Amino acid sequence: MEPFKTLTSRTVVLPATNIDTDQIIPARFLTTTTRAGLGAHLFADWRYDSAGAPRSDFVLNQAHAAGCRVLVAGRNFGCGSSREHAPWALLDYGFRAVISTEIADIFRNNSLKNGLLPVVIDEATSAWLLAHAGAEVTLDVVSSTLTLPAGTRVPFPLEPFARHCLVEGVDELGFLLGRLGDIEAFERARCGRG
Amino acid sequence: MARAPQTLFDKVWQRHEVCAESAATPAVLYVDLHLIHEVTSPQAFAVLRGRGLRVRRPERTLATMDHSTPTTTAQVFGGAPIAIDAAARQVRELEENCARFGIELLGLKSAQRGIVHVIGPELGLTQPGMTIVCGDSHTSTHGALGALAFGIGTTEVGHVLATQCLLQRRPRTFAVNVSGALAPGVTAKDLILAIIGRLGVSGGTEHVIEYRGNTIAALGMEERMTVCNMSIEAGARAGMIAPDETTFAYLAGRPRAPAGDAWERSLAAWRELPSDPGARFDREVSIEATEVEPMITYGTNPGMVMPIGGHIPQRPGDPVFARALEYMGLNAGEPIKDQPVNVVFIGSCTNARLSDLRTAAALLRGRRIARGLTLLVVPGSQQVKRAAEAEGLDRVFLDAGAEWRESGCSMCLGMNGDVVGRGQYAISTSNRNFEGRQGPGARTLLASPLTAAASAVRGRVTDPRELA
Repeated sequence: MEPFKTLTSRTVVLPATNIDTDQIIPARFLTTTTRAGLGAHLFADWRYDSAGAPRSDFVLNQAHAAGCRVLVAGRNFGCGSSREHAPWALLDYGFRAVISTEIADIFRNNSLKNGLLPVVIDEATSAWLLAHAGAEVTLDVVSSTLTLPAGTRVPFPLEPFARHCLVEGVDELGFLLGRLGDIEAFERARCGRG
Repeated sequence: MARAPQTLFDKVWQRHEVCAESAATPAVLYVDLHLIHEVTSPQAFAVLRGRGLRVRRPERTLATMDHSTPTTTAQVFGGAPIAIDAAARQVRELEENCARFGIELLGLKSAQRGIVHVIGPELGLTQPGMTIVCGDSHTSTHGALGALAFGIGTTEVGHVLATQCLLQRRPRTFAVNVSGALAPGVTAKDLILAIIGRLGVSGGTEHVIEYRGNTIAALGMEERMTVCNMSIEAGARAGMIAPDETTFAYLAGRPRAPAGDAWERSLAAWRELPSDPGARFDREVSIEATEVEPMITYGTNPGMVMPIGGHIPQRPGDPVFARALEYMGLNAGEPIKDQPVNVVFIGSCTNARLSDLRTAAALLRGRRIARGLTLLVVPGSQQVKRAAEAEGLDRVFLDAGAEWRESGCSMCLGMNGDVVGRGQYAISTSNRNFEGRQGPGARTLLASPLTAAASAVRGRVTDPRELA
């Protein structure tokens, strides 16, 4: 993974609450065996009509959304299925961060493992961001802060090991493989206990 | 020194900590049983191949195919090609990956194949006190036997394949205390829907739920699986129920359960697992089961749920709520009873076990489904299918006008050819009523197998107690 230290981008806003992973990428696009190209199906049933034409009333189809790398969404983003295809689709489309007052557990874990930054913020900051689509924000991974256009800095929680992996551009598997000695010792001790 | 009282979760977690968590790093948690399927594993195997890694403990992983796998007998056994090319490729790739990495596969024609969360307990693989993971959020099902079981993403599938471990921060604990008897016509599905209605779809986020109380203790094993299955719909990482005599009786004699001396040793260990008196949970709620009625969803997440005889809530000024009702084609303030339905789906890891099929068949026996309605009955596993056929349940369903399929996830998630049409209403015994979950534009009403069967007879949303 590329190191991820800071990001400045305008925002795209999806105000709905409880946006589930079936909306982020419907199951019928999960019959793939690779992780490439899923951005084409991001929010497929909201982005395209039943004939496959882009819906002009959907935010990602509007000119101002082009190039935005930060998605601001209503409470409890990414609930539902464990499909990692959801962060893969968001990343492939071009997003690098998702901001909400609440982000579902499995989606948050999956996002961190792929370099998509889940940013959980307070209600007031969220209300401001939801009301100011297109605002330019800066996300600093090292200090775990979100900076609003007026310069207000809002801290967000980021699990320290996940932050380390993002900043250094390393994945967790290397760390786990480095613990094989402990894992083998654990297995031997369990065998001994019968 | 006396040990502080521990919860069931605390005990299972502690026994699987290879390395405890620190401020800088999460715990290294050992995984006893890893279940994989065709949809969320290919990219994990690709990582292993790319990095030249082997599967470290192949005997701790079991593979099956259920999600994109078709359910028509012609495609499973009749030699007809799998109609969706990409699904056929996933099935083939799982076969190749299992052969290459030495993993046991209960493949397309296996008599033990089925929905991954149905076959684990059925084979006796799922056991109290285990850690169990799978690239599927409904892995919480296995917690019904007192295991710590949760869904993971594909990257983590790769971690387990390569190391048999996961990096995890310790979740918080949440006791859901349920007391009182369920009324006639009210099932475990209604109970968990009522619980989700109470907690909300994110009420359990970052928590592991333990379902407790005399209502839970009185549930059969398959009913407990229905309850734990939907823990994720309240946002919880996992749901657990303390193992007891019901659990042990269920497991005794199953093919992969311990036997002989090993059974006795396991039993002694399992009896130590229930939460100690005085164990503290980070959160607790109490639910009165006697007040639960047959439940049905009216919106686009499982928290949008109501008693079947009630009126759809009104939330003026809530645009998300309004949009959900618009998608559903339903009106706030109106009853849901008698809403016409086009499709009834009895299946999924939530409600496709033998007891579910018996419940539905008992109501359908001697009755016909409404004209123009499609009733799809999809057993949770091939073993469930054979057991149901041995009792003649297939004849009951077929005589009523249903389709009787091979096992799989089927219409729960619309990626295997079984879909609900655009704008159609489906009463489904599955777990998610998200927009488009059962097919683009499909409108899903989640309910129990009993409500599903009653509604199939009338062709309208029906309180099953009216047909009792």
